[in-house]
Amino acid sequence: MKKSVFLGTLAATTMIAGVAAAGTLDDVKARGELICGSNTGLTGFGAPDANGNWVGFDVALCRAVAAAVLGDQNKVKFVPTTGETRFTALASGEVDILVRNSTWTYSRDNDLKLDFVAVNYYDGQGFMVKKDLGVSSAKELDGATVCIQTGTTTELNLADFFKFNNISYTPVTVQDDSEAQRQYLAGACDAYTTDASGLAAARATMADSENHVILPEIISKEPLGPVVRHGDNQWGDIVRWTFFSLLIAEEKGITKANIEEVAASTTDPEVRRMLGLEGNMGAMLGLDAGAFKNAISANGNYGEIFEANIGSATPIGLARGLNALWTQGGLQYAPPFR
Amino acid sequence: MSNSYVRTQMLPPQEAPIGERGAIKWLRDNLFSGPLNSLLTILGLLVVFYLVKLSLPWWLNSVWNANSLGECRDIVAAAGGESGACWAVIKARWHQYIFGFYPQDAYWRPVLAFGLMFVALAPVLYWNDRKGAIMVALTAALTVLSMVLLNTPGTVDLVAIVIMAALFAVAWLMPKKLIFVTLLYPFVAFFLLWGGPVWKGVATLLGFAVIVVVYRLLQSRLGVVVATAAGVVAAAVYWIVLQGYVTGALTAILPIGLPAVSSDQFGGFLLAFIIGVTAIACSLPLGVLLALGRRSDMLLIKTLSVGFIEFVRGVPLITLLFTASLLLQYFLPPQTNFDLILRVIILVTLFSAAYLAEVIRGGLAALPRGQYEAADALGLDYWQAQRLIIMPQALKISIPGIVSTFIGLFKDTTLVSFVGLLDPLRGVTQIVRADINWKGIYWEPYIFVGVIFFLICFGMSRYSMYLERKLKTDHR
Repeated sequence: MKKSVFLGTLAATTMIAGVAAAGTLDDVKARGELICGSNTGLTGFGAPDANGNWVGFDVALCRAVAAAVLGDQNKVKFVPTTGETRFTALASGEVDILVRNSTWTYSRDNDLKLDFVAVNYYDGQGFMVKKDLGVSSAKELDGATVCIQTGTTTELNLADFFKFNNISYTPVTVQDDSEAQRQYLAGACDAYTTDASGLAAARATMADSENHVILPEIISKEPLGPVVRHGDNQWGDIVRWTFFSLLIAEEKGITKANIEEVAASTTDPEVRRMLGLEGNMGAMLGLDAGAFKNAISANGNYGEIFEANIGSATPIGLARGLNALWTQGGLQYAPPFR
Repeated sequence: MSNSYVRTQMLPPQEAPIGERGAIKWLRDNLFSGPLNSLLTILGLLVVFYLVKLSLPWWLNSVWNANSLGECRDIVAAAGGESGACWAVIKARWHQYIFGFYPQDAYWRPVLAFGLMFVALAPVLYWNDRKGAIMVALTAALTVLSMVLLNTPGTVDLVAIVIMAALFAVAWLMPKKLIFVTLLYPFVAFFLLWGGPVWKGVATLLGFAVIVVVYRLLQSRLGVVVATAAGVVAAAVYWIVLQGYVTGALTAILPIGLPAVSSDQFGGFLLAFIIGVTAIACSLPLGVLLALGRRSDMLLIKTLSVGFIEFVRGVPLITLLFTASLLLQYFLPPQTNFDLILRVIILVTLFSAAYLAEVIRGGLAALPRGQYEAADALGLDYWQAQRLIIMPQALKISIPGIVSTFIGLFKDTTLVSFVGLLDPLRGVTQIVRADINWKGIYWEPYIFVGVIFFLICFGMSRYSMYLERKLKTDHR
């Protein structure tokens, strides 16, 4: 009897939660603020600066969504989430969207009932070694000690890679990335492995960066992207197409600086549709006609966001690589805006 | 009769042999009293020497003015050093370690709240003692000085000076009256830290007035426990049903207040203090009640107390924090905005209350049975006996245990970083390290935060020793 009451309550709660989740757009509009799950601090991707303003590559996407939905890129609240709390924070409705360097995997997509709506950064796991180790390929790391963060997909990838290549290694497990870097520099391990973007950032800040090399092998696919709750397709589409509008803007050469000029003069029908000058594209998603124009003018197009936060002009200095547009040999490809 | 062979005057005492006096004797007694101790002393000295030799250059090459870790390294290299501490990071980010993301133009609010906290503590820590007034004076001076240094607007400084002067006058002239400041302090602190209309705190305060009124009305007829419970229920009804209207009405009549600051802007030591101090203040009374409940003859109360204490002591604090952050969200109605800081404070309070209950139970058990019987023989009822005879002695015995629970609790506040709150040790440090300018910095933030934690905990420990000496009445 008691058990059935409990289960009934639980089911009712879940149903209410499901109903509420279906209206994320309405919730955000009613609140007048987007709540974005972000990092507790990841160089270049998401962290508050000295004045408490959030900046970074992932943060810029949240701001673009806020600009599209609410017309103001500053109407967004960032909630720092840890690796453990991030998916629960999203599932329980504490955040509307999670843009936090989360890898799109089968089980996260299906088992956790989350939707990965796009890939804003194609990453992969790499290795960094000291130059004087004389290693030029990860396959030569037989018998090496490897510094690795516990509880991450990188740990599993590492085990898979060494097992597949039939070579041995000794893991040195550490709690967080700064600890891993510390151990590596102190000589506790021969190689240091994490996402390639993280390795580049770490190498950029080392005192003797010329003595360290990042090995060419990328041993895993790490598609990182924005996540929303399962079952609210409208909201998922809003996030997805906001991201695509940033890609299309880059493809069409629309930047933060020239967007007004383009809007006034363009004859390209796709651009006209996207900027809300023609047709009624925004309304299909329950947004204003100028929603995507707002999203692009917030922090510029995809390329501008990349270059401003993690690109080659920044100390992190990541190359576009897989994240170049498809027209330039990368994987970033947006379906037509029609 | 006198004996001429007996000396009438003592010889002047000779100086002790060189090995039996001064530094040498001290060394021989304390460091080289045997072969084993000599060996250990030499080993210890070697370790100390090695550590100093290793870290001294690092300390001596400290850099205070730089904009990034790279610049620090360049400066150290230019000075010809191998390694050096880069304290520039603390100089650049100290405000985040102290205040988190609290709005910079409102730093005076936490500072004033912190100062007032010591004023509120003075009558509690130094009951009926001139030291309380001295503490208030010192606090007042330091608070105003910090506020001026933090570029607080002049009018606010002036108001703070007037308030602090008034409080000092109260502390000096009628120290016992200062306890009212202590009782009001939670509301003042809440208002200063979170802002919003001033009437929110006032309306909440009215709820406590409801408790007092109901208690006064019913206590003579129904006894202490029932009267208190009725008061709490009445106040809860008021808080839930009526308070919103009262606040709204008062705000509509006279809209004064401070700009609101939301909880996610709290961080660093500000957050550690909010969690630590609130939990310490709330867990002591709760711990006393639980300890009494555990020794109660009433089966229900005893079972509930034992169950609660054993359950909470049986799970790690991190489990409770994850419960606060994750599990509660699932059980609360969707879109309820139940503040994460509040959730964490509640669970930290319950956690330390369970430990305190056991510490205090130890104190209760140490009292001779005669004390209880004497209280009964005097005709005191249960609560009078507890208040006048049992608790003063039991708490005195438990002081070291209570304070060490408090110290542990205060240090445990750093664990909140696991649920995404900005604790000073890990949360803020992670954010500082995410800045490309400071990525790779390691020891400096830890040392900075560690020193502050040490000072606070050491202070607590010294106070507890003072209190033990002051309350020592036996002659063992």
